[in-house]
Amino acid sequence: MSATGKRPLGARLIVWVPYLWLALFFLVPLAIVLKISLSQNALAQPPYLPVFDISAGWQGAREFFGALSFETYTLLFSDSLYFFSYLKSLEIAGLATLILLLIGFPIAYGIARSPRRVQPILFLLVILPFWTSFLIRIYAWINILQRDGLLNDVLLALGVIAQPVVWLSTDTAIYIGLVYSYLPFMVLPIYATLEKMDEALLEAAADLGCPRAKAFWLVTLPIARPGVVAGALLCFIPMVGEFVIPDLLGGSQTAMIGQTLWVEFFSNKDWPVAAAITVVLLCLLVVPIVLYEHLQKRALEGAR
Amino acid sequence: MASAGMEPQASGTRRNFAPWADANARPLLRIEDVSRRFGPIVAVDTLSLDIYEREFFALLGPSGCGKTTLLRMLAGFEAPDEGRILLGGEDIAPVPPHRRPVNMMFQSYALFPHLSVEGNIAFGLRQENLSKEEIAARVAEILTLVKLDGFGPRRPDQLSGGQRQRVALARSLVKRPRVLLLDEPLAALDKKLRAETQFELMELQRKLGTTFIVVTHDQEEAMILAHRIGVMDHGRLVQVAPPAEIYERPNSRWVADFIGDVNLLEGRMSDAGVIENTPAGRLRVADAAGAKFGDTVSVALRPEKIHLAPAASAGAPDNNATGTVWDIGYLGDMSIYKVKLDSGFVMKAAVANVARGTNPPVSLGDKVSLTWARESGVVLTK
Ligand SMILES: Nc1ncnc2c1ncn2[C@@H]1O[C@H](COP(=O)(O)OP(=O)(O)OP(=O)(O)O)[C@@H](O)[C@H]1O
Ligand SMILES: [Mg+2]
Repeated sequence: MSATGKRPLGARLIVWVPYLWLALFFLVPLAIVLKISLSQNALAQPPYLPVFDISAGWQGAREFFGALSFETYTLLFSDSLYFFSYLKSLEIAGLATLILLLIGFPIAYGIARSPRRVQPILFLLVILPFWTSFLIRIYAWINILQRDGLLNDVLLALGVIAQPVVWLSTDTAIYIGLVYSYLPFMVLPIYATLEKMDEALLEAAADLGCPRAKAFWLVTLPIARPGVVAGALLCFIPMVGEFVIPDLLGGSQTAMIGQTLWVEFFSNKDWPVAAAITVVLLCLLVVPIVLYEHLQKRALEGAR
Repeated sequence: MASAGMEPQASGTRRNFAPWADANARPLLRIEDVSRRFGPIVAVDTLSLDIYEREFFALLGPSGCGKTTLLRMLAGFEAPDEGRILLGGEDIAPVPPHRRPVNMMFQSYALFPHLSVEGNIAFGLRQENLSKEEIAARVAEILTLVKLDGFGPRRPDQLSGGQRQRVALARSLVKRPRVLLLDEPLAALDKKLRAETQFELMELQRKLGTTFIVVTHDQEEAMILAHRIGVMDHGRLVQVAPPAEIYERPNSRWVADFIGDVNLLEGRMSDAGVIENTPAGRLRVADAAGAKFGDTVSVALRPEKIHLAPAASAGAPDNNATGTVWDIGYLGDMSIYKVKLDSGFVMKAAVANVARGTNPPVSLGDKVSLTWARESGVVLTK
């Protein structure tokens, strides 16, 4: 239509919507959190200092920036409580991701290899839990895992255990809750890559002298890798900062970083420390992702 | 174009290659009464075929006639319900696909998307536990052979269709199989690239001496490529013969009709070599093909063997039909004239466009006469 080749205004604006969204709801809040983390705790409203006051003019702005400091971060790194809290979170999220992979991959593989007719039904079953509230499902797990809960009843009846086992308030309960809650996020991306895979590739592998079992490692798994990575990230990242599951199912001795954050924010009313915890957590999570992206790009360029 | 490409191209080596005519020759591959059913569908129906060392064999047939199924049985992806397949005299039924000295080039190419061109080609060699140096050498050698030097590090999705086709070919050839199966290897290429690749394929096959079995539903392609063509229909082989024979001496109406353009004239056999009551009058043929007096037969007549001329007042009584030009199809190198005979039957005659001009010798609605030699008609009893 337009001879100049310029897209209409509307089309150009549409492109900016996601950026605008990100700026408004991600970058601005992040900047605020970053600012709070550089502030000092204060008995005031809001509970930190300095507060930016635009009416104070240029002089006020200089004083404001002068008052920012890295004190909170120094505290964060000097107190081992935070360090261990981070470590515990990474450990739990890491192990849970591994368990999710071991359970999720076979499920995704099974669905992708089942007849076309039943695939939508199996797919639906995977996402069915989303129909009920997340909180209700976790409370249900409390019921199942408690001393006279379903799990102990069944195990006792089967004779697997002689005495009721304490499940609730242990790390095991956290793992059960995490794996249960995040399984769809692992299964779906892997299923998506496997479902697209051409069956003829496995025949080609066999034709070229590769037995079926070996072809899984040489063909299926590498092709599913983007899905595996997506699933792992999709589970690992929110699990590191998970609060509800460890709080409801875990014991008081296990403090994941989400719980520490909660305590700082709501009990201690120490917003700067809570903000600093958030910023460090973000860095912890962003670095590996960026590193992975970088390696991935290199692998793509120098493919062999 | 169509019939120009149809004429068999006999190179020196091809003319002498005819092990199927030699009673002492032992086939490399022997297919014995093989059947394969999918529920009620009989994909391959008691099919028998011998294929010889160094042969280039083409399986030709309409869609769904069982060509792919037959190839898949040779590769080991399907097991015959009945019959045996012998390779070098041994039944290969118990040999799984990954141990058969047979490689297949897939209709969809089936290149591994996560591997480079080199990685794809080396895949099969890596399964043989060869040394790194040998693998590299053989990959480089085959890349040169298929004219893909320098493409080694690319990924399949960074290649054109023709390049992908050659990677797939290289990948199956590098294993040095005894039999290479190609399922519509050129189907995805455009006409020009296809013609080039056909010659490359022939060259390659001659150079390597590997037995090729190629599936195609393009008859021209089969004619150009193969030593012998097996024409398939409904899971059966209806004729197996060199291209020239298939074209010039089809053994049934179905084959005559399927391969190239043909006029089929039905009539009754009377005297030696005379067929009466055809839509084109009385025909004389050189060879009655064993048809007896009174038999109802068809005479197959290729359009390019018919001579078209403005109607003469009087002509020979036999092999001479008059009619009016009904339609002219201009194909560039020649034109197809559809002539409505006085009997109402429409006959096709091909006329080479020898002179470049705007005035065709005859135009729509003209009265013309069609004549042909006695040798041109082929009597078909089936
Ligand atoms: N796995 C299968 N299950 C059921 N029917 C099948 C299967 N494979 C092939 N068939 C049927 O067997 C017949 C032969 O199929 P085949 O793929 O061998 O045909 P083809 O000659 O290769 O056709 P095309 O030229 O279209 O590729 C067809 O009717 C097809 O529908
Ligand atoms: Mg096919």
